[in-house]
Formats: sequence, structure tokens, C-alpha cells
Amino acid sequence: MGPIVSALISVVLGLGVSFLIFWLLNWIVEKTNDKTKARLLPYVFLLPVIVLVAVFLLYPALRTFVESFMKQSQRRGEGATFVGFDNYVSLFTDPNFISVLINNALWVLVVPAATVLVGLLVAILTDRLGKRREQSFKAMIFIPMAISGIAAAVTWRFIYFYAPPGNPQIYLLNAIWTGVTGQDPIPWLTIDAARVNSFLLMFIVIWLQVGFAMVLLSAAIKGVPEETIEAARLDGASERKTFFLVIVPQIRGTVLAVFVTVTIFVMKSFDIIYAMTGGQYNTSVLVVEFYSQLFSFQNPGKAAAVVIVLMIAVIPLIVYQVRSYKSQEELR
Amino acid sequence: MTFIPTPIVDEDEGKREIVDLQAKSKKRNADGTEKRKPHVLITIIMAIIALAWLFPLLGLLITSFRSKADVDATGWWTVFLNPFGQDWTFDAFAQAWTALDAGTTFWNSVAVTVPATVLPVMIAAMAAYAFTFFEFRGKEIYFAVILALMVVPIQIAVIPILQLFVWFGNTTGIQIIGQYPAAWIVHATFAMPLAIYILRNYMQTLPNSLIEAARVDGASHFQIFWRLIVPMSVPALASFAIFQFLWVWNDFFVAYLFIQSGPNQVLTQGLYTLLGQYGQGWQRVAAGSFITLVVPLVIFFALQRFFVRGLTAGSVK
Repeated sequence: MGPIVSALISVVLGLGVSFLIFWLLNWIVEKTNDKTKARLLPYVFLLPVIVLVAVFLLYPALRTFVESFMKQSQRRGEGATFVGFDNYVSLFTDPNFISVLINNALWVLVVPAATVLVGLLVAILTDRLGKRREQSFKAMIFIPMAISGIAAAVTWRFIYFYAPPGNPQIYLLNAIWTGVTGQDPIPWLTIDAARVNSFLLMFIVIWLQVGFAMVLLSAAIKGVPEETIEAARLDGASERKTFFLVIVPQIRGTVLAVFVTVTIFVMKSFDIIYAMTGGQYNTSVLVVEFYSQLFSFQNPGKAAAVVIVLMIAVIPLIVYQVRSYKSQEELR
Repeated sequence: MTFIPTPIVDEDEGKREIVDLQAKSKKRNADGTEKRKPHVLITIIMAIIALAWLFPLLGLLITSFRSKADVDATGWWTVFLNPFGQDWTFDAFAQAWTALDAGTTFWNSVAVTVPATVLPVMIAAMAAYAFTFFEFRGKEIYFAVILALMVVPIQIAVIPILQLFVWFGNTTGIQIIGQYPAAWIVHATFAMPLAIYILRNYMQTLPNSLIEAARVDGASHFQIFWRLIVPMSVPALASFAIFQFLWVWNDFFVAYLFIQSGPNQVLTQGLYTLLGQYGQGWQRVAAGSFITLVVPLVIFFALQRFFVRGLTAGSVK
């Protein structure tokens, strides 16, 4: 019973403290009746967010930026020294890091595109089925979304792992491989020729994310006005033409939104690679590299530099986000 | 912007009409085979895709009910050939429960997840209210910052937050690292941008006249927020809460860094440790995975409609 009680107490305390904050804010708001104080009101509503984001996001980000130009002393307790661009130079002259960058680029190029394509395919196919079938197929495709990265890694180990020749082949991919070709089993996750292992890992993330893409794209397809499709049919357009010339242009916005969201997810996803290979055998990407620099190599300065590189890589996405928001606002 | 379940549409009829499933299949039979064929084909294709999608999870499920001897000797798919010749057993679940220390880690997961879901939802709702119903200087800029932060990888903040917690512990004597609040704060902060974005999108669809009427009646903003906006925003709040709950429950990275191994370990950490002990039998790892999956799957199936609605509300215009 011990853990339950302590967990319960923490939950109650945590929620209690935050409702106390709400109550305090309420009290402040009640006091602000005259006009000058009323101008402060929006900031009272924003206060918790401003505090959280400033203390735990913006300030740390700044610190990380500074840290990326520092080198931690080898001895404990001694401070860091400013080393200029040394961390970046040593990263970019390291062939391993270049390999990490190539991997990351492959992930970003392959996973979002594949996810959108498969998601679109499933959305189109299920759209033509009866409601009950549509719902159950969608639920089946969607299930992987609900499981953790670690559980997904466990699941796929049963497929990708390696048992030496002579042992029973209990892992699916090698069972198929040895069964079909009659050759020795292959340690798939260590094969970095043509980045085979990275592609195998990407497949897991695609498997996880297709459900998400499908839900959004399916909603978008259903949102296409029937009249436009009807008009195309009346003009004698084929199914395919109707799809590419009438439906696709109208769901373009959603396709882009899904693409960007999956890209963001890919840039941040750590669990799968970490649990499958730990970033070994040339499968590392920036977020995993960050982790190894920080903990395996005990080099916080270099780890910070890795994150800053990642940050620079996501800037185009930030620009896209803000721009698409602005164009939406203008439409309102 | 909200998710409207679309009625079944018989496209060949020339106009949209709602037909219930039974009527539809009856019509099909009467109509002849021309319309049935593509649907049968699509059903078969979709069934193959859906089965392929569930196949890996099926392997996990079957493995968790097998004995170590069986798991080591044959692939899980061989059970289909001889389903009754197997040593079906629940042993793996008992072993995994002990190995995960699930009696503790499960409740730790609850203690981390519940506040890490409720807090950001409430805080973000207040901010979304301000962004929707107030006019103030720099509003657009603040919101642009929120949008930008949606993309920022959390890794950028991780080291300094750890240092901050250490510093706080050294100065005040209150150690945060390893305790639940460390995870609450970090999860709440990183959830903030997306939460504000989704909730604001939703609140913008609420009728402004209603808020104005309440103002005229002398209600304060705080009253309007709690009595009017929060109840009206329940669909959006619920969908984001589900999303956040699943996210935090399934999270490994934040727990690994901020809870660390110790008395407050969560389920995913236990599972990661268990994964390292696969030498003692895959059936334990598989069963352990299923133990961690129960809560998210139940939540997911029970509240799927809200979840989907929230996802679509966020990005479909």
C-alpha cells in the first residue's frame, strides 16, 4: 500500500499547490477594478505560462547556447572555460558526426514522406468502405500511436534481432531470410551498408505515425465539398483525375501540416533508436548523439553544440509554422 | 474545425444521402455486383494492411503467454501451426510484474502522469483565454514565440534545467531531481506551446457575443473564464488532456533524466531495464510490455473519439 499512498499524496499536493496559485491569481484579479490595473489583467492570465516558459525553456535554451562555446574542466568542481567554436569544429571534423548528420537527413527525408503517403492511402481506402469497417480498420492502424517508444522497440526486436546460425531462428526477419534464401542469418541492426539498419528503424517510426497521418488526412478528405467532386464527375473526369485535380489541391494544407508535424516528431524522437541500437552501428541521429556526448562521453559542451546544430536545423520549420499561422489569421 | 462524424455516403446515387449499414448492404445485393466488387477488393486490401499493422503486436501478445523453453526453441508464429501443443502460461506476467516492480512503478507512473496532465491543461487554458479574448501590446509577438517553441527540441533545455534543479537543491536543501515535481515541471513546460495553440484555436470558435454579454452583466474575466469558457471548452480540454496523458505515460526520456533510477522510477524505465535482461527470456519482456500498455490502450479505446477530435481540431481548418 505504501507506493499507492505516497503517489496519491503527491498528486493531491501537486494539484493543491497549483489550485492555490489559481486562487491567488483570482484574488489579485478581484483586486484589480480600476482601469490602470485592468491593463495588467492579460498578464495575470499569462503569468504561469510566462514563468514556466521563461525559467524552464527560454533561459535554459540561452544557457545551452553559451554552454556550446565552453569546455568543462576534466576535474570535478572546476568551472568551464570559453573555447570559442572548438566544440563545433571538433564535431564537424569528426566523420562520425557527419554520419550522424547524414542519418538525420535521411530520417527527415524518408519518414514524413512515407508516413503521409501510407496515411493518405489508408485514408482513401477506408473512406470508400462502410462506416463500421472504416472505423475498425482505422482503429487497428491507430493502435501503435498509443504505445510507448520502449514498448515499440520491444515489439520490433522480435522481428529484427539476430540469433547466430545453428540456433533456432526465433526472430521473424531472419526466419524469413534463412527460410527463403537458405543462407546464414544476418545481424540486421548492425548492417550499416546502404544504411540498412537506419531504414529498418525508420520503418518502426513510420509504423507508429501512420495512424496519426491517417486520422487527419481522412478528416480532410471528408471535408472536401461534395459539389466539387460531383462537378468533376459530370465533366467526365476519371476517378484518378478527380482525386489528383480536385481532392488533392483541397487537402494540400492538411498534407503539409501532417508532414511538418511528423518531421518535428522525427527530429525529437529518441526512444526507438536508443532502445534498439543505442545509436551504435552508425544509426545515431542528433538527439541520440546529444545523449551520448552528455553521458557516455561526459562532454556537456559538445552535447550543447549538438543541440544547437539541431536547433539550427529546425529553424525552417519554425519559419513555416509562424508563416502559415499568419496566413491563416489573414483569412479569418 | 471540430470533428464531425461524416455520414455514410453512397456516391453513385448522385447526391449525399445517409444510409445505415444494413440498408446499404441490402441495396448492394439488389443492385447487382457492379458496385460490390470494388468494396470487396478494398476491404481485402485494407484487411491485409491492418493485419500487417497489428502483426508485430500480435507477436508480442503471443510471446507473453508462452513458456521460456518454447520461446527459445521456436518463433512465435509457429503457434498457429500447433496452437494446442503449446505450454500456454501466465508465468511470464507474474515474473514481469516482479521484474518491473510494477507494484511501485505503476503508481509512480500515475503520480507523474496525472499532475503532468492536469497542470498544463489548466495553465494553458488561462493563457489561451488571454490570447483569444484580451487585447494587449505584443500579443501577436508572444503568440509567434509560442508557435516557434512548438518546434524547439526539448533537448536544448535539458542540461540547464538539471543544473537549475541541482542549484535549487544545494541552496534550499530541497532536492527536486528524482522527485515527481521535477517531471511535472518539465512535462508541463514542454506541453505548453502545443496546448495553448490547440486551446486557442478552439476558443476562437466560441461566440464572442456571449462573452460580451457576460461582461455587460458585470462578470469579471476570472468568472467568465471559470464559469463560461472552461465548461464550453471541455471537448478541446479533454482531447488535449488525453493526448498529454498518453505522451507522459509513454515518455522515457524525461523520466530517465529527471526521475532517474531510484524509488520513484516509472513503468517505462522499468521496462527499459527489463529489456536489458532479455537473456532471462523474451516472454518476460513481452509480458512486461503488455503491462505498460494496458493503461494507454484502455484510455485510448475508451476515449478514442475525443482524442481524434482533438487531433483534427488542432490542424484541420
